[in-house]
Amino acid sequence: MKFSEKWLREWVNPPLTTEELAHRLTMIGNEVDEIEPQGSALEGVIIATVLEVNKHPDADRLSVCQVSDGGKQPYTVVCGAPNVRAGLKGAFAHVGTKLPDGKKLRRAKIRGVESNGMLCSAAELGLGDESDGILELSGDAPPGESFSEYMGLPDYSFNVDLTPNRGDCFSVLGIARDVAAMTATDMHPLSVEAVSPTCQDEHPVELVAPEGCPRFVARVIRNVDVSINSPDWLKERLRRSGLRPISPVVDVTNYVMMELGQPLHAYDLSKIQGTIRPRMAKHGEKLKLLDEQEVELAGNTLVIADESGPIGMAGVMGGWSTMVSNDTSDVLLEAAFFTPEVMAGVARQYGMHTDASMRFERGVDPLNQATAIERATQLLVDICGGEPGPLKDHHDSKHLPAARTISLRKSRLQRVLGVDIPTEVVSGILANLGLHADLKDAVWDVQIPCFRFDIDVEDALVEEVARIFGYDEIPEATATGLIPLAAVTESRVDLDSVAEFLVARDYQEVITYSFVSEQLNTLISGEKSELVLSNPIASNMSVMRSSLWPGLLATASKNIARQHERVRLFEIGKTFHGSVDEPKEIVRVSGLIIGNAQSEQWGAKSQSIDFYDIKSDVEAALDMTGCAGAFDFVADEYPALQPGQTAIIERGGEGAGVIGKLHPLISKEFDIDKDVMLFDLVAESCFSAELPVANTISKFPVIRRDMAVIVKEDVSVSELKDSVHVSAGELLREVRVFDLYRGSNIERGRKSIALGLILQETSRTLTDEDADNVVSAVLLRLRQDFGAKLRE
Amino acid sequence: MESLSELVEQAQSEIKDATDLGGVDSVRVRYLGKKGELTALLKSLGSLTDEERPAAGQAINAAKQSLFDAINAKRDSLQNDALAEKLLLDAIDVTLPGRGVGRGGRHPVARAKARIERIFRDSGFGIRTGPEIEDDFHNFTALNIPENHPARAMHDTFYFPNGNLLRTHTSPVQIRSMVEEGVPIRIIAPGRVYRCDSDQTHTPMFHQVEGLVIDRDISFANLKAVLHQFVESYFERKATLRFRASYFPFTEPSAEADVEWGDGKWLEILGCGMVHPKVLENAGVDPEEYTGYAFGMGIERLAMLRYGVKDLRTFFENDLRFLRQFR
Repeated sequence: MKFSEKWLREWVNPPLTTEELAHRLTMIGNEVDEIEPQGSALEGVIIATVLEVNKHPDADRLSVCQVSDGGKQPYTVVCGAPNVRAGLKGAFAHVGTKLPDGKKLRRAKIRGVESNGMLCSAAELGLGDESDGILELSGDAPPGESFSEYMGLPDYSFNVDLTPNRGDCFSVLGIARDVAAMTATDMHPLSVEAVSPTCQDEHPVELVAPEGCPRFVARVIRNVDVSINSPDWLKERLRRSGLRPISPVVDVTNYVMMELGQPLHAYDLSKIQGTIRPRMAKHGEKLKLLDEQEVELAGNTLVIADESGPIGMAGVMGGWSTMVSNDTSDVLLEAAFFTPEVMAGVARQYGMHTDASMRFERGVDPLNQATAIERATQLLVDICGGEPGPLKDHHDSKHLPAARTISLRKSRLQRVLGVDIPTEVVSGILANLGLHADLKDAVWDVQIPCFRFDIDVEDALVEEVARIFGYDEIPEATATGLIPLAAVTESRVDLDSVAEFLVARDYQEVITYSFVSEQLNTLISGEKSELVLSNPIASNMSVMRSSLWPGLLATASKNIARQHERVRLFEIGKTFHGSVDEPKEIVRVSGLIIGNAQSEQWGAKSQSIDFYDIKSDVEAALDMTGCAGAFDFVADEYPALQPGQTAIIERGGEGAGVIGKLHPLISKEFDIDKDVMLFDLVAESCFSAELPVANTISKFPVIRRDMAVIVKEDVSVSELKDSVHVSAGELLREVRVFDLYRGSNIERGRKSIALGLILQETSRTLTDEDADNVVSAVLLRLRQDFGAKLRE
Repeated sequence: MESLSELVEQAQSEIKDATDLGGVDSVRVRYLGKKGELTALLKSLGSLTDEERPAAGQAINAAKQSLFDAINAKRDSLQNDALAEKLLLDAIDVTLPGRGVGRGGRHPVARAKARIERIFRDSGFGIRTGPEIEDDFHNFTALNIPENHPARAMHDTFYFPNGNLLRTHTSPVQIRSMVEEGVPIRIIAPGRVYRCDSDQTHTPMFHQVEGLVIDRDISFANLKAVLHQFVESYFERKATLRFRASYFPFTEPSAEADVEWGDGKWLEILGCGMVHPKVLENAGVDPEEYTGYAFGMGIERLAMLRYGVKDLRTFFENDLRFLRQFR
């Protein structure tokens, strides 16, 4: 909310500078976002009358004017504004005046005519950004008077970021109350006197939905002259509050809303058909609003209706059919209390957000409507004349918020805040806040004014006391008490360690969005996600990812486009599966590598990555669990990967991850023209660890026996090793694969695999005979299982 | 005995002139060998009188020892020279870079998150996580944000068709943890959160860390202390904080904390407050028996301040040139 500091200070004027005032407001919860200076440095700007306007002899668009500041001699001024005309009152800057933009006005010849001063636009005066034409003042503006004084300058507009709980602060009155409380300064409340009716006309109103509208105050005013302009001071206050002056009737209702926090509405009385009834809309009813949009109403929406149907969306915006226009002469003023319960969320449901709706949904003072009508009547009659009828206050007490009393225990205050605020200080704060409190046995029974919708529990009073006392006045105190030791597990590898491990293997961590394009997600994961957002931020971020690969591939692609030839990325994050009703989240560690196996270096030949490079990284990562042997790499297929270079990682027969080469067609999709190797590990399956169990280390030496066997291409090394383990018996400690050979001396379609058997016994030194026996058993079995031949 | 001293002089000179180990050895054989000249002298002692013999013997033995020493010294020196020459040939350019695997790097947000976790874990806080697809109850209602509450407008929420949503803050973990573990409780909950908002200062996904401490007699004074200590620990410097009154539906009193950032400038870094009694009740905790505080802060914000990152959006662009700065 934006308002004028001068206006506020008319209500309450503590001895604080502008900056101090803003700071203090911020500290008690009314954050001042911006202090906007209004018209400083305007010495030498005087109200003046344009006496005469003649065409410039040498310039079509310029006029030569005679301007009087009330002195004897008029000034000759060359003016380019289209709206300059005889009789106009404006702001006249004398030669020598320093304007807000810092420029000093000089006497100047403009196309041969000497100009002695300037008629100013609003922008030139530092009052807003209106620069089309000169600022027009009311006809009764007194020539010769200082413009600053006339306009109440200099001034500042405060832009306050109100929190949603403080509907009561949505006015100069509300802010003034908080300022009075925080500075213990007396407030000068506005005295609003009842306007005596000069006609007896009233309009029938019937409260048929008191749960939504328990109070509707109305007054007829006849013969209002809407052709008159609002006075300068009123327009200027509205402008400094961020509101555009429109017409006197609208300006007055806006002014009273800004001043007292009560939104008002004015109807053209002649256009209302019959009794006014605030009621719930019928589903599907149509209403054309002031801004000319037609809305289809939902049943939860409170409307103001007459015999013709809805004529306004209650508390949000008035209707087109009954709005005040240039032809209006009789108006009906409305000030209502619409309950926050019924107003909540309604404007938003129609994509609307108005000054009125913001106030009603947070709650306006249910006792303030009559005052607002009296104030508006007084202003309107002063400006436009007219004959007010009697004020009619239609209300249903049963549905108006009831006064409440909430107890505040001194013990609770001290316990929650951790500071003992003296009783008399607390009593003083409550009093300054306008909260009447009876103190008995260290408990204050506090009467909550009905405009403080936010104070609903004892701790809300704790907050009231604390914020006025000052959060900064509460001392810091480290909590004491025993902390039980944390349960620390060794059954999981902490994912931060996995991240650090991958970093040590030359992977860069990235963080990509959890929502991706539906098409890519399906293409890569083979899973058509059901988790589609109703309101995605962009169409290519509409589904929750089923795989981390789309994000990783997109990141790799972008970086390759930025001339990175070697890209190694990983991400740790969740993927999302299942249905919207039963979503399932899985934490994954996924990565990719592209480019050469090693960064360009002098000591090694550059070699492009292949499957075994990424497999080595994955195997080493899985080794962190202490049970690398529990994982099997099983040749398989996977949607995004190239068949024949894909393995499912299994643990205990269950899928735990996948590793392989990106299918070339998908590489193309991402504009990557190199091989991409990918891995994807389900954190829970891959990084649950086993506790190491120490075995006695054998004191006896190992014997190594090497053999090379020739087998068919389709025999996998893991099958071979499994067979060796079965046949070698207990002496076998380890099988190493140390060579793979295809070529001369080997039949086509076969390969030679060299195995090193490491043998050892814990209780004795092995003999050659022991080793020979193992080798023959192994060879026999390999021959039986795979038709393996020993390579000579 | 003039011939002895001449002999020694002659031998010393030959040792000195020897240029390799072979040369040194032939000098040794010539003088000290079985048939060497000094050995011969020693053998000739028998021809001397009993009175002459001790002195002559002593002189020869001393001469023999001096030649031994000289030969050994010469040999060491030649060996050292040879080694030094060999080492000289082995010299390499030590400024050539090392071989093998390089090192990657953590993402700056992950780095900041790990640091925050470390600070709190070392101080006895447990670390908890919760689902990112949340229901309305845990994200809003249980946190005292009923349907149509104006505070919901502050959260630009991503929804699924059935009303489930992407959590807008890490606060639902408060509820889940209190319900699952009961109180007293002392935890932080870091993680991804989502808001339907994207501009220069907003990304639709970001990270928060939530803190929750519930015990008997936890006070606002304790909250102020822990956050002040955290800020000083995280930034590794003395810091001035100010707490401003604010509003969150799930805390009462509520505050926002600013840290002084040079030139009297204050930067907002977190929101916090005492857990609202209704939130405790919603989690099955008696607000008369227990009090507690909660806080929430944006990890990106903390990472930006710590590492001098100017634009939030760069975190999720994942440009390697940017990321490589955070080794």
